[in-house]
Parts: sequence; C-alpha cells; structure tokens
Amino acid sequence: MEKECIKKEMTQGIENEICMEFDAISENEGLARVVIAAFLSRIDPTVDEIEDVKTAVSEAVTNAVIHGYGEGGGRVVMRARLSGEKELAVDISDRGVGIADVEQAMQPLFTTGAANERSGMGFSFMEAFMDRIEVESSVGEGTCVHMWKRFGAGQEESVPILQAAVWNRSGRV
Amino acid sequence: MEKKMEEYAIIDNYLCIRMPEEVDHHGASAIRECADRLILDDKVKNIVFDFEDTTFMDSSGLGIIIGRYRKISCFGGKVYAVNASERISRLLKASGMSAIIENLA
Repeated sequence: MEKECIKKEMTQGIENEICMEFDAISENEGLARVVIAAFLSRIDPTVDEIEDVKTAVSEAVTNAVIHGYGEGGGRVVMRARLSGEKELAVDISDRGVGIADVEQAMQPLFTTGAANERSGMGFSFMEAFMDRIEVESSVGEGTCVHMWKRFGAGQEESVPILQAAVWNRSGRV
Repeated sequence: MEKKMEEYAIIDNYLCIRMPEEVDHHGASAIRECADRLILDDKVKNIVFDFEDTTFMDSSGLGIIIGRYRKISCFGGKVYAVNASERISRLLKASGMSAIIENLA
C-alpha cells in the first residue's frame, strides 16, 4: 500500500520526462526547438507559449555551442520534465569551458562574442520568456541552465519589456 | 540552408534582405556575409529586412540587425523592418530595437 502511494505520488510529480544528447553544432539549435515544441504539444499550449519556450531553448543551446564549446564541438544535453500541474522544467547542459562570473554573463548586453555580433541578450531572452531561470556553472567543467514555466497561467504580455536594453545611435548602450 | 542571391535585391539605394523562416545563430553568418558583400556596393545606403517568411527569431536576429546598422549608420543610412509578424514586432520593440530599426508593419 505504501509502495503504491509512493508510486502514485511519483507519477503525479513527474508526468513525463525526456532527455536528449546531441552534438554542439549550430544545426542542432533548430532540432532542440522542434523537439521541445513536440514534447509540449500534449498539454495544449498556446502558440505564444510554444514560441516562448522555443526561444529560451534556442538561446541556451546557442550559448552552449558558441560559448561553452567555442564552436569547436562537444555534446549538449537537453532534459525536459512536465509535471501534472502543467509546469515545464528544462535543463540545458554542456561540459564546456564554464562561466567564471555568472552574474556578469547574465547582465543584459554583456557579451564576449561582440566580434561575432552576439547581441548580449541571450540570458535576458531566457529570463523574459520563462518564469524562472537558474544558472550553475564552474570553470573547466561546464554550465547548466535550469528553466521553468507554468502553462495556462493566464495571458500575460508575451514579450515583457526588456528595459535594460536601450540602444543608442551607435548601436550600443 | 544556403542563402541564395535572389533573397537579396538592391532597389534604388535600398538593400532588401528576405529573412529566412527561422532566424537563429545557425543561419546568421550566411546572412551577415552575403549582406556585407552587397553593402560594399556604392549604391546601398539603407537596409530593409523583410520578415514575411519569418516565424521564429531569437537574439541572433538582433545581432544581425545591430551589426548591419553599425555598418550603414555612419554614412547616414537607415534600417527598416517590413512584413514583421505581431510577435516579431513585439520582440523588436521590447528589446529596445525601435531606436535603430523602423518597423513599417
């Protein structure tokens, strides 16, 4: 009986989970987006909700490809869980160079990729499109971005204002 | 997804760039290289990004726009967006891009 209860609790707690590992190449940014959209389809999300998650996943995977592995290849893991309460948790992790100063990396417009015209808005987009994000990283070991979003929570403004981003005429803050 | 030259056109002094269905890091460098080659053409002063086919764009798209803006703004050129969906219009506005790109939606 006790066993049954635990089992029931578990199935309610995590209704579905997927884990995918793929090469850290730019082609797979689109693949990760398609997979997460398909994974979400069963909870009947709105078009905007799907686009929000696809954008956040795209940013995190792009970061792993460009910054984690310096476009030199490696492996990226995407793990996604859907709970009974229609909450999605997605983790994107790499075993790349890691981030020395996570707080600085998350500042809007901060980028180490200016030469390649990175906008420095990746983490801002993840924060804007998901309910919550957490970044774990250590230099030489890699980075994991955890993101959460609850579905059907009423229609908010789907693209919140990213107030820190004000471009002046030279295209810089 | 190779960029084809017919996705780029120079009309008067405007370079029109037909953006792909998905604007992400994967396709960004091809767009950049192709656009920058055409910007070297003396006639090009302004740039029009046509988002008619675009259903997805992440922050890589902002990078493309900002980079082209920097190249032409010093010669008094302007950057425009046309046929942007509601979502892409909101994204441009919310990320503060309205200061450098005029959305003719």
